[in-house]
Amino acid sequence: MNILYFAWVRQKIGRAGEEVSPPPEVTTVAALVDWLAAQSPGHADAFANRRTIRCAVNQEFATPDQVVKPGDEIAFFPPVTGG
Amino acid sequence: MATVRVQQAPFDLGAEAALLAAGRTDIGGMASFVGLCRADDGLAALTLEHYPGMTERAIQAIAAQAEARWPLTGCTVIHRVGRLPPGEQIVLVLTASSHRAAALESCAFLIDWLKTRAPFWKREEFADGRERWVEAKAEDDAAASRWDAPAPLRDDH
Repeated sequence: MNILYFAWVRQKIGRAGEEVSPPPEVTTVAALVDWLAAQSPGHADAFANRRTIRCAVNQEFATPDQVVKPGDEIAFFPPVTGG
Repeated sequence: MATVRVQQAPFDLGAEAALLAAGRTDIGGMASFVGLCRADDGLAALTLEHYPGMTERAIQAIAAQAEARWPLTGCTVIHRVGRLPPGEQIVLVLTASSHRAAALESCAFLIDWLKTRAPFWKREEFADGRERWVEAKAEDDAAASRWDAPAPLRDDH
């Protein structure tokens, strides 16, 4: 899976993205967040408050129960503040 | 289909309006919204970040909703990214229709939804060196959600 991070999520994790291969039981956004949060202290910090994190799967907004699979582009970011 | 651009460079409202009207005689009104960087609390600059690809798609999807809801003859959305000091333009929404109500309402709809549905993030940089990410506002969600209800009938109140 190709993971992208934006805004303070990127700053806390310390990189703009990474290629990951989580175990096969990671099939939803929520499970992926749990798995990513265990990868480093920076990841744990970024995902500490799940309510402040938004997700997109293949460039569409996604909910925690959305299915994810190998090859997907999955982005994590704070609530948007444009305009 | 709307013209959607995400760019670092400034935009020119007059030039964009002229482009939208070029060669047409069916436009009765155009509405525009230009968002500017405001100098709040010693702000030195805003830096805007986006999600290349998704941001353009999200704006195009919002514009498609506006085009489905109002009879528009043209629609342009330009959003700037990068570092923008106070006074700089940030966003342009421009709509054209045969009648003013459609142009005005769709313009308001677009900027309300852009604030809540388009992936942009603002970081504030202050004169004293402090930096912080702007937090999403509940009032922006409220402004966008007023469009969830069917368009109200006009009344005299």
